[in-house]
Amino acid sequence: MSDISANGPASAGKPRVSILGQSARMKSRNRVEGIFKTLGLTAILFSLAILALMIFTIFRDGSSAFFQTRAAFPITLSAEIIDPAGNRNRDDLTKQTTMTYNKVLNEAFLAALAAQGIKTDDVPEKEITAMISKGAAGEIRADVLADPSLVGQTIEANIVLGGRIDGYMKGRVTRESAERDSNVTMGQLDIADRMKEAGMLATVWNWDFITNTDSSDTRPETAGLGVAILGSAYMMFLVLIMCVPVGVAASIYLEEFAPKNKWTDLIEVNIANLAAVPSIVYGILGLAIFINILGGQMGVEALKMSASLVGALVLSLQTLPTIIIATRSAIRAVPPSIRDAALGIGASKMQTVFHHVLPLAMPGILTGTILGLASALGETAPLLLIGMVAFVANYPAAPWDGGFSDPATALPVQVYSWASRSDPAFIERSNGAIIVLLVFLLIMNVTAIILRRRFERRW
Amino acid sequence: MTVLPLLMILAVLAAAGFILGRQRALALAGGDTKKLHSLPAYYGWHAAIMAFVPAFCALIVWLLIQPFFIERAALSQLPAAVLEDSTASTLAMADVRRVAAGLDTAVAQGAMTEAAIETMDATVTDLRGELGKVGVALGSAVSSEVLAAAKQYRESVASASVVRAVVIILIAVAALARALKLTAPDFWARNRVEKVVLWLLMLASLIAILTTVGIIWSLLSESFNFFSQYPIGDFFFGLTWNPKFGGGSDLGFIPLFWGTIYITIIALLVAVPLGLFAAIYLAEYASKRTRAWVKPMIEVIAGIPTVVYGLFALITVGPFLRDFFAAPMGLGNSAASVMTAGIVIGLLNIPFISSLSDDIINAVPQSLRDGAFGLGSTKSETIRQVVLPAALPGVAGAILMGASRAIGETMIVVMGAGAAAKLSLNPFEAMTTMTVKIVGQLTGDTDFNSPETLVAFALGMTLFVITLLLNVMAVWIVRKYREQYE
Repeated sequence: MSDISANGPASAGKPRVSILGQSARMKSRNRVEGIFKTLGLTAILFSLAILALMIFTIFRDGSSAFFQTRAAFPITLSAEIIDPAGNRNRDDLTKQTTMTYNKVLNEAFLAALAAQGIKTDDVPEKEITAMISKGAAGEIRADVLADPSLVGQTIEANIVLGGRIDGYMKGRVTRESAERDSNVTMGQLDIADRMKEAGMLATVWNWDFITNTDSSDTRPETAGLGVAILGSAYMMFLVLIMCVPVGVAASIYLEEFAPKNKWTDLIEVNIANLAAVPSIVYGILGLAIFINILGGQMGVEALKMSASLVGALVLSLQTLPTIIIATRSAIRAVPPSIRDAALGIGASKMQTVFHHVLPLAMPGILTGTILGLASALGETAPLLLIGMVAFVANYPAAPWDGGFSDPATALPVQVYSWASRSDPAFIERSNGAIIVLLVFLLIMNVTAIILRRRFERRW
Repeated sequence: MTVLPLLMILAVLAAAGFILGRQRALALAGGDTKKLHSLPAYYGWHAAIMAFVPAFCALIVWLLIQPFFIERAALSQLPAAVLEDSTASTLAMADVRRVAAGLDTAVAQGAMTEAAIETMDATVTDLRGELGKVGVALGSAVSSEVLAAAKQYRESVASASVVRAVVIILIAVAALARALKLTAPDFWARNRVEKVVLWLLMLASLIAILTTVGIIWSLLSESFNFFSQYPIGDFFFGLTWNPKFGGGSDLGFIPLFWGTIYITIIALLVAVPLGLFAAIYLAEYASKRTRAWVKPMIEVIAGIPTVVYGLFALITVGPFLRDFFAAPMGLGNSAASVMTAGIVIGLLNIPFISSLSDDIINAVPQSLRDGAFGLGSTKSETIRQVVLPAALPGVAGAILMGASRAIGETMIVVMGAGAAAKLSLNPFEAMTTMTVKIVGQLTGDTDFNSPETLVAFALGMTLFVITLLLNVMAVWIVRKYREQYE
């Protein structure tokens, strides 16, 4: 009977179409569907492309910071000049400043160029000696002071060259850009080319970038991350020992013991809000309370501007909500049956928590802790306010010598302070510092992921 | 005796307490642990806690009170004219402390002896020069009053530390003795130890409250200080921002607020469409496998420190926008601009918006989707006409939270937005924000009595209130929405 109704007079006027084909309206609806889906995919691809671009530019501009152009030539450390007293006594040797060593270094450099048969008569002598980094004489001096027996000998030294020559060898400085740059002359670039041909120049792995202290604006080539890495390590250690016990204890209380009343509600709302407070506000807190009140008015000596202890206190307060939130969810994930079993065989509430719940929640707590530390490691803004952006020329002392209250800086702060210097050579350093920072973050995050994968339990 | 050795003595006493308490409990039970109420270690812990905690609390109280008494003793040596003026006496006290610390250093390095200090006369000895030799720099020559006060200060500190050590150790020993006396087989050691642990846990959860109190207090007190020096109306409604170091600055909030809002709007214009579409794709279209890969990769964007984005804004995005948009269109030639900072903050906020929206979209019940499919809608129609309206309050909450984060963002604007406070509509012009000025006014040499420095606290206060309000509003909207389905 259905045949009749299908071929009835009602449909006689319309063209017959298969239901498998699409009407014009359906086609446009499906087109919209396709566009919508493409937009979603585009949003994701665009975000990831920007991320890739950013990481690419960092590695493109920053990886060269791990290499340094050095010139190899012999230097005769003439005893008459360096040790006029003639007794190799360290105290007498310290009287000779880097000026003296500069003279020795310059003469040795010119002599080495002549010995290699490099044509130098078309470039003023002053320009040639200016190719050597201003920090090189200090390095030689430090070597001599560390080993006074070097005096009078001829050493094969690898001398750091200036930032522009270094940039020229790495391709960052070109002849066109050098023309507009008052810090480098064409003559110096010519000499650099000739030295390279003669095999005097080599771009070698640069440990100094990891270990040196920061250096002044005029010599980017000797600036290093030593103080920043040490400062960050100190702060991470302090955050770990201050923040984690408190965070875990607070979570245990809130999750296992706290009575449900207004007071604990207040604490919970409070923690949620603290997690959303802008980081710079924590910097203001640190400046006002730790430095001005406790350090200044109450006279606590350890709390000073730029001290890693103050930085760690600020970062601890900032990381605390993150750790509490992560720990609470880890504790909550332990099934009640575990608690019931422990209580059932006579454990006290406290024993249940410390002997059973906490060990089972440990992988989750560790993961949350590592992620919290990773975000603390990258935090910059609050540290600016407590003076960690200041120029620090000396390493902080060891922790047992009060190093936690010595001036220090941190990796992300070093990125910022190099980026704000006028010399473009510091941008390379800044990107290099980011690479170091990202490597640390990567290690921490991968550890967290492995922990989670390995120990995560589904009940 | 300084604090650290004292703490070490307390620790040693506590350790001794643990061993003694445990042994005594076992001895009293005749070596049979079944006769004890608690496990033997609890008796040890009880004695250790008794040895450490009361003495430690006393030490804290002592350390808090001591400075007031010592300063009073030292101030009595200063002339009356100095004492009447509170600023002068604070400054004089700082001098006294510095001289006293200098003398300590000199003694420690062997440059002076205690006897020499005792007989020292400021009119005869050049103390400033002497202390300079041991590496203590003093601002001015030392007057005889200050020297007398410094001597008094050192004496009081020395005698106070001896008395302190004796008192603290006595308290510790007495409490330990009491703990040992209490120890008996039917003594409920475990309950007492657990009570202390519970208190410790509670104290830890109070730190979160204390942090909030500390934030509010530090912002409020210095803001009051600022508003006592600078009219509150001129701050909130002033149209010019022009701090001068000689005084007479214009510290108007409006240009900073405008810069902040403008950058936030641009950031949201970037983050919301991208984040929302990414979330929709991940929640509705992507296969499980894609989702498992793509979601963590997007989260990576949020895990990269903001200073990295700042550098990206400074050397890549800024010059790109200047060379390809601003300069050809004649809108200025500044690399640092509202657009630069806004776009980069927007990129940073994508994962934030997308993961929040993703959760919210997933929380929309499947039955709503099935209903829409059953009526013949396509997937995109279902999303646009059913899922998104249902998720709207939650998405709105996510957007508010994103706005709050954009307003509070610091490093990207410090490096990418510029430092000039301007009221302008041109997005390619450098403008500045509240956070930039907080950093600007509080880094470098700061004098905590000038309005130019204190204004940072008023800005911080405003920032705190704005972000808090946005977050509270967001949470309120999200909560209200959740109630509809659960």
